Amino acid sequence: MALSGIGGRLYRGDTSVDFIGNRKRFYAFSGVLIIVAAAALGIQGLKLGIEFKGGAAFTVTAPNSTIDGANQALKDAGITSEAIVQKIGNNKIRVQTGGLANAQSDNLKANLAKNYNVQSANIDTLSIGPSWGKEITKKALYGLFGFIIVVMLYLAMAFEPKMAIAAIVAVIHDVLITVGIYALVGFDVTPATVIGFLTILGYSLYDTVVVFDKVRENTRSLTSTAKQTYSQAANLAVNQTLVRSFNTSLIALLPVASILFVGAGLLGAGTLKDLSLALFIGLAIGTYSSIFVATPILATLREREPAMIALRKRVAVRNGATGEKIVAESIPGVVTSTHSKEDRVRGPRNQPKRKSSKKH
Amino acid sequence: MSANISKATQKQSRPARTIAILALALIGFSIFAGLASATKIKLGLDLRGGTSVTLTPRGTAGGQVTSAAIDQAVSIIRQRVNSLGVAESEVSAQGSGTNRQIVISVPGDTGDRIVKLVGQTAELRFRQALASGAGNAKTTSTTAAGAKAAASYPTGVTAALDAKFAALDCTDPKNRQGGSVDSPSDALVTCSRDGSTKYILAPAELLGSQVSKAAAVLDQQGGSGWMVSLTFNGSGTKAFAAMTTRITSLPAPANQAAIVLDGLVVSSPRIIEAITSGSAQISGNFTQTDATDLANVLKYGALPLAFDRGEVQQISPTLGADQLHAGLIAGALGLGLVLLYSLLYYRGLGVVSVGSLAVAGGITYLAFLLLGKYIGFTLTLAGIAGAIVSIGITADSFIVYFERLRDEVREGRSLRTAVETGWQRARHTILVADFVSLIASALLYFFAVGGVRGFAFTLGLTTFVDLFVVFFFTKPLVTLLARLPFYAHGGPLSGFSAKSLGVVTGKEVA
Repeated sequence: MALSGIGGRLYRGDTSVDFIGNRKRFYAFSGVLIIVAAAALGIQGLKLGIEFKGGAAFTVTAPNSTIDGANQALKDAGITSEAIVQKIGNNKIRVQTGGLANAQSDNLKANLAKNYNVQSANIDTLSIGPSWGKEITKKALYGLFGFIIVVMLYLAMAFEPKMAIAAIVAVIHDVLITVGIYALVGFDVTPATVIGFLTILGYSLYDTVVVFDKVRENTRSLTSTAKQTYSQAANLAVNQTLVRSFNTSLIALLPVASILFVGAGLLGAGTLKDLSLALFIGLAIGTYSSIFVATPILATLREREPAMIALRKRVAVRNGATGEKIVAESIPGVVTSTHSKEDRVRGPRNQPKRKSSKKH
Repeated sequence: MSANISKATQKQSRPARTIAILALALIGFSIFAGLASATKIKLGLDLRGGTSVTLTPRGTAGGQVTSAAIDQAVSIIRQRVNSLGVAESEVSAQGSGTNRQIVISVPGDTGDRIVKLVGQTAELRFRQALASGAGNAKTTSTTAAGAKAAASYPTGVTAALDAKFAALDCTDPKNRQGGSVDSPSDALVTCSRDGSTKYILAPAELLGSQVSKAAAVLDQQGGSGWMVSLTFNGSGTKAFAAMTTRITSLPAPANQAAIVLDGLVVSSPRIIEAITSGSAQISGNFTQTDATDLANVLKYGALPLAFDRGEVQQISPTLGADQLHAGLIAGALGLGLVLLYSLLYYRGLGVVSVGSLAVAGGITYLAFLLLGKYIGFTLTLAGIAGAIVSIGITADSFIVYFERLRDEVREGRSLRTAVETGWQRARHTILVADFVSLIASALLYFFAVGGVRGFAFTLGLTTFVDLFVVFFFTKPLVTLLARLPFYAHGGPLSGFSAKSLGVVTGKEVA
């Protein structure tokens, strides 16, 4: 399989994509996306479902019927404001209204049952009070902030504080862009969508965790060997986990795509479609961010540390003195540490800088 | 590294035992589930039809929202719901402290009845009628011919009350919503339930808390159909006797005792003689169901708080069946695709994926059965979605391990060694990643209500199952397989062939 072969080359660093070196491009790309997302949010806003706005929806299952019965029922119940009557598929009529008084709602339902000759109990009803939306929005926000804080603390403990910051930046990036896409395209936002958004957080982090785990492993003995700068080691880690990221993302995406396909195709609308659409978009962006955003941010943060600046100089010295051959051929994990002692004492600091990284 | 390897060799006799123990445990739990007659997963209302109502408490003049008040409301609502006798009805408060919502779910098609029954505050008052008029006449004043002198108002009626009365239009359904808790010590201007009449009522003389018994009865003689008969307690009997004695001789409408429920007049019988027996009837064109429900509501007492209907969802059994069907198809499709990809990409190792997912599926199914039986776990559509999504997460941990394994082999280790060294590294990644998933589901569970909770619970549960399976099935199975020549020698279909790992070119470079 071709992909596995690539996996081997990526692992050894024979083939390498310079994710870290090109980070300014990726930052710019993400920056543009975020600005577009923010603009879409600000100008168009989200198209909220009735769960957030308040209102009622009635779905009547009546084969081969027209929407006339529904319009008549609305008229009879004296409901004039902002009612939407839709035909879903061949046998469903959906009536959506603004907030109704209990009596109005009962009246409308009775009229619908009469006009379509169905039992009142067979009309699927959803009615949402006006303050409900605020309530669940508040809870979703609590959930979001709680999650960010707890995960940041946890990652800071399990990995290192700067990894936690980079991971959280990537997560916020994902949520912002996903929400922006919703505003831009005008997909309905329902509680199921919100579940989707919140789940993206976990997913996006899963990928990032896999990459960071490798970064940490690659950078553990960095300062003692002085073979690579932090950025180079991190870049190798991203390349080494590239096949893994691709596979985990694809495997995660397959079930979500199935739900989306079945939810949109068989049911037309509802929990399954809303949830999986949010997940689908979020997953794709999450995969992008764990490779193109999280690790570059981590490298940017770490490269500012005095130890890493010193390391960069030493690596430059070392490469200036011994040539690039060693780095290009080296296999991580089989690093011999015999050179490192003399590296540390050898050479003036004003050696020519090594050009960006090993490109083929 | 050598320490790791020697540790690994010590462990090598164990994998078969681990898998055997797991198999026995699974069989044991299955038998247990069978004996405990937990043979069916409890389905949520969105999968089998039913009604769920979420009520948000609202503070009123009558009472502040306190934790105790919510607890009391839950128990009163539970009694009311139980009075319907529908099996598997549930009433629970979700959230924390005073910020809780009450979630009522009742299967079957009792929809409208439930909605009416649970949200009703059921604050009952007996008030003397001071004035009454046709409900639709917007400008009717209580005084004759527009005479405005204060003296011409009926007893107890003030100019302010009169103005309110004149402005009230009972034909507008908005004015007949009820639900507002009226202050018993003040006069009240309100409508009858059907909107035909409007009233000015004196302060309450008798409260719902003074009712000791309520029952639905059929009026055999009077022919007024179903009524609710009330029996008062000691103080109620006295108060009612005093009230009826006083007003019976007054001119109409002051001789009417209005029975006010949640701010609306249910009936306003004329009192012909003083009633000292301590009982009364409420009549008002009730059907048997209406009368029974009202009697139940009165019997279990008024709610200590007013509630807003946050969310009311009624799902017909047809839609429920459709959704269950769709969920199952989506699950089968997702699982199939994941298995197919694992087999295509990982070849021989894919078999491990298939086996592990099967075991994970089995454990999850058992967990659904047993949790349904013992903690009332119900599977909702969002829960199914959570389970399907978790197929991906579970398979992800296999991939993390497999890729590690292949990395180790690429570094020139033998498969048997790689199985152990790769595991030690993959284990850390899997633990951290799954822990993040667990944090996400725990927070979702605690902050959310309704459907989101179902999703979070399933996601958390399946993450646990994933950890369990990876540690006690996937890893031992890979150890066992690594001993087989087919895998150890890197056969072309084993997933470890030199070609698929790209090892050949690697050796040339090195």
